[in-house]
Amino acid sequence: MKYQTVIGLEVHLQLNTKTKAFCGCSTDFGKAPNSNVCPVCLGFPGTLPVYNRQALNSAIKLALAFGCQIQEHTKFDRKNYFYPDLPKNYQISQFDLPLSRNGYLDIYSQDGPKRIGITRVHLEEDAGKLIHETGVSLVDFNRTGIPLLEIVSEPDLNSPQEAFDYLTSLKSIIEYLDVSDCDMEKGSLRCDANISLRLCGAGELGVKTELKNMNSFKGVKDALTFEVERQTRLLEASQKMIQETRLWDVEKGATIAMRTKEGAKDYRYFPDPDLTVFIIDQSMVSHIKAQLPELPREKMRRFVKEYGLTEYDAKILVSSKNDAEFAESCIQDYPGKDKKEMVNWLIGPLLSEANLRKRKLHELNLDKNELISLIGFVGRQDISHLSAKSVLSQLIDTGKSARDLIQEGNLQQISNADALLEVIETVIQENAKSVSDFKAGKTNALMYLVGQVMKKSSGKANPKVVGELIRRRLADA
Amino acid sequence: MELNQLTAHELLEKLKARQTTPKAILDSLHARIQKVEPKVKAYVRLDEPSLSKGIKIRKEELGGLPITIKDNICTEGLPTECCSKILQGFRPPYDATVINKLKESGAAIFPLKANMDEFAFGSSCENSYFGPTHNPWNLDCVPGGSSGGSAAAVASDEAIWALGSDTGGSIRQPASFCGVVGLKPTYGRVSRFGLIAFASSLDQIGPITKDVRDAAILTGIISGYDPLDSTSVNQGVPDYTKSLSGDIKGLKIGIPKEYFVAGLDAEVKIIIEEAVNKLKNLGAVTNQVSLPHTEYAVPVYYIIATAEASSNLARFDGVQYGYRAQSDNLIQMYKLTRAQGFGREAKRRIRLGTFVLSHGYYDAYYLLALKVRTLIKQDFDKVFRDFDCIVAPTSPTSAFKIGERAQDPLKMYLSDIYTISVNLAGIPAISVPCGFTKKGLPVGLQIMARPFNEEMLFRAAHTFEQNTDWHKLKPRL
Amino acid sequence: MSIDKETIKHVAHLARIELQPNELEKLSGELHEILGFIDKLKYLNVEQVKPTSHILPISNILREDKPHVSLATEKALENAPSKKGNFFSVPKIIE
Repeated sequence: MKYQTVIGLEVHLQLNTKTKAFCGCSTDFGKAPNSNVCPVCLGFPGTLPVYNRQALNSAIKLALAFGCQIQEHTKFDRKNYFYPDLPKNYQISQFDLPLSRNGYLDIYSQDGPKRIGITRVHLEEDAGKLIHETGVSLVDFNRTGIPLLEIVSEPDLNSPQEAFDYLTSLKSIIEYLDVSDCDMEKGSLRCDANISLRLCGAGELGVKTELKNMNSFKGVKDALTFEVERQTRLLEASQKMIQETRLWDVEKGATIAMRTKEGAKDYRYFPDPDLTVFIIDQSMVSHIKAQLPELPREKMRRFVKEYGLTEYDAKILVSSKNDAEFAESCIQDYPGKDKKEMVNWLIGPLLSEANLRKRKLHELNLDKNELISLIGFVGRQDISHLSAKSVLSQLIDTGKSARDLIQEGNLQQISNADALLEVIETVIQENAKSVSDFKAGKTNALMYLVGQVMKKSSGKANPKVVGELIRRRLADA
Repeated sequence: MELNQLTAHELLEKLKARQTTPKAILDSLHARIQKVEPKVKAYVRLDEPSLSKGIKIRKEELGGLPITIKDNICTEGLPTECCSKILQGFRPPYDATVINKLKESGAAIFPLKANMDEFAFGSSCENSYFGPTHNPWNLDCVPGGSSGGSAAAVASDEAIWALGSDTGGSIRQPASFCGVVGLKPTYGRVSRFGLIAFASSLDQIGPITKDVRDAAILTGIISGYDPLDSTSVNQGVPDYTKSLSGDIKGLKIGIPKEYFVAGLDAEVKIIIEEAVNKLKNLGAVTNQVSLPHTEYAVPVYYIIATAEASSNLARFDGVQYGYRAQSDNLIQMYKLTRAQGFGREAKRRIRLGTFVLSHGYYDAYYLLALKVRTLIKQDFDKVFRDFDCIVAPTSPTSAFKIGERAQDPLKMYLSDIYTISVNLAGIPAISVPCGFTKKGLPVGLQIMARPFNEEMLFRAAHTFEQNTDWHKLKPRL
Repeated sequence: MSIDKETIKHVAHLARIELQPNELEKLSGELHEILGFIDKLKYLNVEQVKPTSHILPISNILREDKPHVSLATEKALENAPSKKGNFFSVPKIIE
């Protein structure tokens, strides 16, 4: 590879507080336009902001989960710019004294684990929504003032896939903390990216492009992939790169240069005189630290240690908090000694069923007791593994019990030798060649014979028992 | 004496004794307004329907006594325009906290609002969109500003008492020019919620009254913690009338030498010195003190106040309320609305404030001003270690002629030279009438005290007032 | 310090106040004069001085996460110079 890709991500996250950052208006999504508003969030003259305690707590929680240092002194600043979705024509944000700095997030890429730096996590407020019509733009201020966090990564990501992994990992942790819905489609998580290319080994960073308007993790990855190719082409053709903002167009599958804005931005940040400073002392930090839930990485380690899972399996299970909780309760309630049995069902058949339905494990509404009962039937060889998988699928779809489904489907496995011997005899008669092959030492022939018995018994024969019976029968001969 | 000529506490006694009614008081005010308002022009929008039809007496405490409100304090459903074209027709959907407190105490909000310099930008009331107010003592002179309408209304008995706001002297200087009492409370003493902000870190609402007792009563009503204002202080409000003991024996008064230098009108100087002698005769101990950074107060003020104002006034853009210029291009709509909607001084200050915050100038101006503000605050802290209060002129001159300084912003800014430091330091100060010039214009004595020690101001001012007759004189109109 | 006309134009644009070409000269002079007056601060030694952006020694003022009653939509829009349905309406954004 000639060029190294350098990516930094800027995530804006809506906190899931009941009320807005600086007033008591509801943060409910999807309400009639301009109904979740009041003089404060509309920025009416004379009104003043008072910050939401829950928002501050959530923000500190999140910053701690990312290993950030919480700044003892933090304050709000005003970021001044005119835009119709910004009622005061300044955004309350943080500039030189952000809530926290110097955190990290571990991602697990194909090349193994990698630590991505988090530059800062700071507090701000959301803007309203604009709807563009011919000649006019319409403004809805319902979203205005919803508490936001800005999470800025170091330019430590080196591929679109790593960016994707970073977002997945970030979302997983936020979900554990329960501080945001993290829904890119609803706009509760938004992501901009900075990307540049440089010759491998070069010290200096290349000219960067800022990418906006991606509305899914995949969109971020696709936009970055497009941009890597575009920038590579430009560099190969020795064309001059310009620093610019480009918008991702999903339809076209391409990034498009934004019309150039007024020269350099000049936001005239200054401390917001309407808000007092925050002093976040050690005792407050340790208090909130104590409230932190077990995070994915810790949970993964514990799963490995307590249930003997492989790191790989554990990682899959902990990526979603609710899935991990569902999985853990299944594992705990599973009466068998070897928890691995249950884990294999969770990671294998159950996860495929979930993927098939584009759902999470816990969203399948599967009664864990039925799953345990089903695995029991398989363990006692009452049904075949194959049948059990189909029962699992029906368990999810019908909500019936495993026992009923096995009975209804007549799926009990035939393990009784007497019942099987007749079929085995027929198969031996019909497949003389395979019989002689087996006797000549070709073990594969046995598999073939077992398969034929399975076929004749409509899959209900217990293959293990059948194999053993054939082996014995042919040894006798 | 007509009812409208009485003080609030005199009227409250009459109301209590059922010797008069709120309607009779209103009628006397209306009669007075009919007679003198064409000369004084203390009020704006005279076509606002009269209040007399429906006074609701919510509580005995103020028994329906009317109060006049400056045009920058939000009154629900009543126009609140800051005497600016850009807020044309704005009727706030909410009351300022001080208005709520007044209503809860049984006050009747007078529907005509008091004239002021546009957005409180000025020291003469000439910067009002509605034209200037005239000084009741000499109609050719300014009433001072920015709360010139409030002060003139009280002085001319067109109001019983009034609220003003003080960012750099806007209560005290007009009180001094009009021969009435004006108090700027400690920063954080009175909620700013509903006061249309000029400079958020300096603004305070305060009373303009006919005597010190009225100021003490009114301050008691409007003070106190407000959960809607992050900068209001959660500290109990004493009964200020209890500090009207009439005794200042042994009080240690500092006389700052920097307030008696070139620029102080010779006649004013003599009047102030006589007042200081009076205080001495009443038992106070006076000593010269130094506030060495006084000369920097005006420049510091014009950086901080305009910077904050440039941001506070960004919201006036024609989107949600007020005046909008027609254009089919948003940016042009903004620019024309603001060019046509703001007056000359407002534009001057917004530009200056924008400049001092802009890229490359922040450290050289804004940050530097914040540091010098610290020095000014420390000057006061030091003096208050040894002194109970500081006494000085309120203004270097008595009221000047209308038009005299209108063309010279710098000269106008220097009118506030003795009042500005108080706002920068956040301390309380009162102006009380202390004499008249040979031309018959009032002069005010300024008393300053430690933060949250308004009681000291009332005690000293009341004692001085009760031993002089200046407050009893009325202008001939 | 002297203020060039480009700075005046930049400031006018940042502040979104339309500037007439004939105002340039006057405003430049006016700002120059005010800044000259302010410049006396530059002779103070403030190296060791901390800036005061809040005069009050109070901190951590927060409100509880409890909903209040929002404004009725018609009240919110009552003062609007231009509206469409339940929206505020502004001229199209042309950068």
